[in-house]
Amino acid sequence: MGEISLKLNGKVETRDVADNTLLVDFIREHVGLTGTHVGCDTSQCGACVIHLDGVSVKACTILAKQAEGADITTIEGLANGDELHPMQEAFHENHGLQCGFCTPGMVMSAVEMVTKNKDISEDEIREGLEGNICRCTGYHNIVQSVKAGAAKMGGKN
Amino acid sequence: MNEVTKIDGIGSSVRRTEDKKFLTGKGKYTDDINRPGQVQAYFLRSDVAHAKIKKIDIKNAQSAPGVIGVFTGDDIAADKVGGPICGWVVPCRDGSATKEPPHPLLAQGKVRFVGDAIAVVLAETAEQAKSGAELIDVDYEELSPVVDFENAGDGAQIHDEVPNNCYFDWELGDEKATADALSGAKKIVKLRVRNNRLVPNAMEPRSALAEFDNLDDSYTLHTTSQNPHLTRLVLAAFMFAIPESKLRVIAPDVGGGFGSKIYVYIEEAVCVWASKKVGRPVKWTADRTQAFLTDCHGRDHVNDVQLGLDENNKIVGLRVDTVCNLGAYLSAFSVVVPTYLHGTLLSGQYDIPAIYTNVKGMATNTVNVDAYRGAGRPEATYLLERTMEAAAREVGMDPAEFRRINFIPKDAFPYQTQVALQYDIGDYEPHLDKAMEMIDYSNFETRRAEAAKRGMYRGIGISSYIEACGLAPSAVVGALGGRVGQWESASVRVNPTGTISVFTGSHSHGQGHATTFAQIVADKLGIPMENVEVVHGDTDKTPFGMGSYGSRSLASGGSAISKAVDKIINKSKKIAAHLLEASEDDIDFKDGKFVVGGTDKEKAFGEIALAAYVPHNYPLETLEPGLEENAFYDPTNFVYPSGTHIAEVEVDPATGVVQVVDWAACDDFGNLVNPMIVEGQVHGGIAQGIGQALLEDAHYDENGQLLTASYMDYCMPRADDLPSFKVGYTTTPSTVNDLGVKGCGEAGAIASPPALINAVIDALSPLGVTDMSMPATPQKVWKAIQDSQSVAAE
Repeated sequence: MGEISLKLNGKVETRDVADNTLLVDFIREHVGLTGTHVGCDTSQCGACVIHLDGVSVKACTILAKQAEGADITTIEGLANGDELHPMQEAFHENHGLQCGFCTPGMVMSAVEMVTKNKDISEDEIREGLEGNICRCTGYHNIVQSVKAGAAKMGGKN
Repeated sequence: MNEVTKIDGIGSSVRRTEDKKFLTGKGKYTDDINRPGQVQAYFLRSDVAHAKIKKIDIKNAQSAPGVIGVFTGDDIAADKVGGPICGWVVPCRDGSATKEPPHPLLAQGKVRFVGDAIAVVLAETAEQAKSGAELIDVDYEELSPVVDFENAGDGAQIHDEVPNNCYFDWELGDEKATADALSGAKKIVKLRVRNNRLVPNAMEPRSALAEFDNLDDSYTLHTTSQNPHLTRLVLAAFMFAIPESKLRVIAPDVGGGFGSKIYVYIEEAVCVWASKKVGRPVKWTADRTQAFLTDCHGRDHVNDVQLGLDENNKIVGLRVDTVCNLGAYLSAFSVVVPTYLHGTLLSGQYDIPAIYTNVKGMATNTVNVDAYRGAGRPEATYLLERTMEAAAREVGMDPAEFRRINFIPKDAFPYQTQVALQYDIGDYEPHLDKAMEMIDYSNFETRRAEAAKRGMYRGIGISSYIEACGLAPSAVVGALGGRVGQWESASVRVNPTGTISVFTGSHSHGQGHATTFAQIVADKLGIPMENVEVVHGDTDKTPFGMGSYGSRSLASGGSAISKAVDKIINKSKKIAAHLLEASEDDIDFKDGKFVVGGTDKEKAFGEIALAAYVPHNYPLETLEPGLEENAFYDPTNFVYPSGTHIAEVEVDPATGVVQVVDWAACDDFGNLVNPMIVEGQVHGGIAQGIGQALLEDAHYDENGQLLTASYMDYCMPRADDLPSFKVGYTTTPSTVNDLGVKGCGEAGAIASPPALINAVIDALSPLGVTDMSMPATPQKVWKAIQDSQSVAAE
């Protein structure tokens, strides 16, 4: 056991947890933010993607301890109060979600992708979403959403 | 009341009202819910496929840190708890019934597949439960595993009650007439196809949270279900023998189902049982490996097809002999999927004068096989559309034209098939024509030649499918062996200010019912959609209903809502007549207003609602106050969506990789309520079909070990495996329901696999390749290319 302290959606969260606690379990079980999902046990599905110091990370892939002191944003921290993030808005406008389970990870991956590459192409979006599995949408509308989100975020494509 | 906005109504692509919670991480899935004092359950599962259990020693587990309780099948049996049931059985050819072996919640004396649950360990944390389970010692006497279902009859007997490992041997159609037709045919096209085994893989793993309240001796179960009322019925009536009122089942947000969350699984029942046993809430959530091992799988057929043609290339007869794998136990719809949801679809879109089919359902030491998106209809479509393409090639006709001359003509509806169904309406040439136009079929050879210059093989493939959905007329279901009704329910409550609460027996796990159902109500009542809330998924709130599967939610559930709204309108007219001092017959309802015909006297819907709840000026002597109506809608027939999908692919001969370069889908779903949502359903279905055709394959080795039990081994379609899709529609409104709707949830998964494989075969046809099995992996395609070249060299 040991104390871990990190910043989660702007708020410092300190918990005493077992050393082998995964970051995703720290977020879901110890802090109680359940928007970050667990869809597999092999770091493949991407439902648990969060931003760690601005970089998208699969929260099932690192220990909470490795995130000590980090600045973490989860899906709950993306909107500005009631105002959705442009990428969340784009997913809504373009029907980029159905059951919603993969959605938090998709949106978090998409935000980072577009932040790095505002003029992102469709091929780059498809390649960039390799690490996020969706079973409902066939990706068509997710790709449209990311394109639209990129445009809202200042992209030219 | 707000101003009426027509944009909310039927036919509008209204953005989904349920999106925001999912986009902000506020969805509540079962695993997101926790209860004070809850314990975590972990199931010890068999790691061998087929064995007698000689001894289970739980002693060390019981004293492990954090462990609260360890239970085995004997504990369940001591409490006389029943096992899961099969929801639909069929008669066998020899007149005997489907063989239904018992399925204990935890193994009793024998394990029958890798993943079969042997014991449950309850502990303070999930990790402690898992560690405790590792201390259980199981002494097995291993038996020979039965994996190859085609030869399962020769294998070791899995259940005492199932001789030759054959659950049923069923037939449909006229065997003699079909034999006569085939013997008189000018040509018989023969094909043997395999429908590969798939894992549904809803992204949310299964989960259950059960609580027992000892004050009133009742249970609450949160679970990942497509049909919470069915779950309650099965648990209460068949497993625990308690009144339904003592069990509340809530299926909150559910992260996809695709058929895999219809069945009531043993884990749900064990959690309910254990919650009373230990007096604390019991939680269980599968990890993905458990999901692969224990979620019901889909498909897994082998079909031998014979299609007879006359001298004009018209079909004269069809015979299909099928063997299918149902796994270790029968589950909810496992028997009906390969029989009445498969054999009845063998006429497809074609006028076939004689059809016969025989289906053998086999037991193997693999997990149960049950409904998976399409459920029987993809298998029927695959064998038929592969055969149609093969036949067109053999007789030297364009595959589109060969289909066209065999289509059921537009003026032949209602059309009675030779396999029980009567199609009410359809018109097949328009969607073939439109799909061909969408993909620019006529210029395909130019594209093939251009690709060839780049060293690529380009191919095009068609699939014209039909499906029967909107389950289903209850009397027909009953006559065919179904053990439940297949109506759907709705309760529409008008609140005093004129807002509406709709309670539906359907369940949304991604389909967007909160939006679509609200559109129907808003449209019919002429009120804004935001005044309508849709409630589902909780047996304490919603009327008894059958849930969502088989593309039934709109056709059956939506129709029930529509009928309840009609009752609301009828009662409202009576109230309006009183308030307006007019005859009820003179009241017209239009755009949310009740108007006395030919006058300017009117009452808004909201005024009627208020009058119903504040009945100071109200015909109380003849009419009850309040405004709330129930409807139970039992369809008179299935609904029959149809369509044509055309795939275009390029095959790289150097690697065997198949790239899907274009896709045109033209579907006839009848009237559309929300085209945006329909399109999303089509996209998702096509993606699952492409997954089946190119990527996915659940594979057990000869020992019954599932080799594809993670996303590292089972190839799920990802964004860069798929193209964008062209989606179009034709419309023949269903005559079965007032809304004129059919169903769209499964169409993509039904239509797409044969289109894709036909395209791959077409691409490789210059090399002489005539067959390709699913999934058409790079290795398989590359080998087919190599083999064709070595044949050519000989």
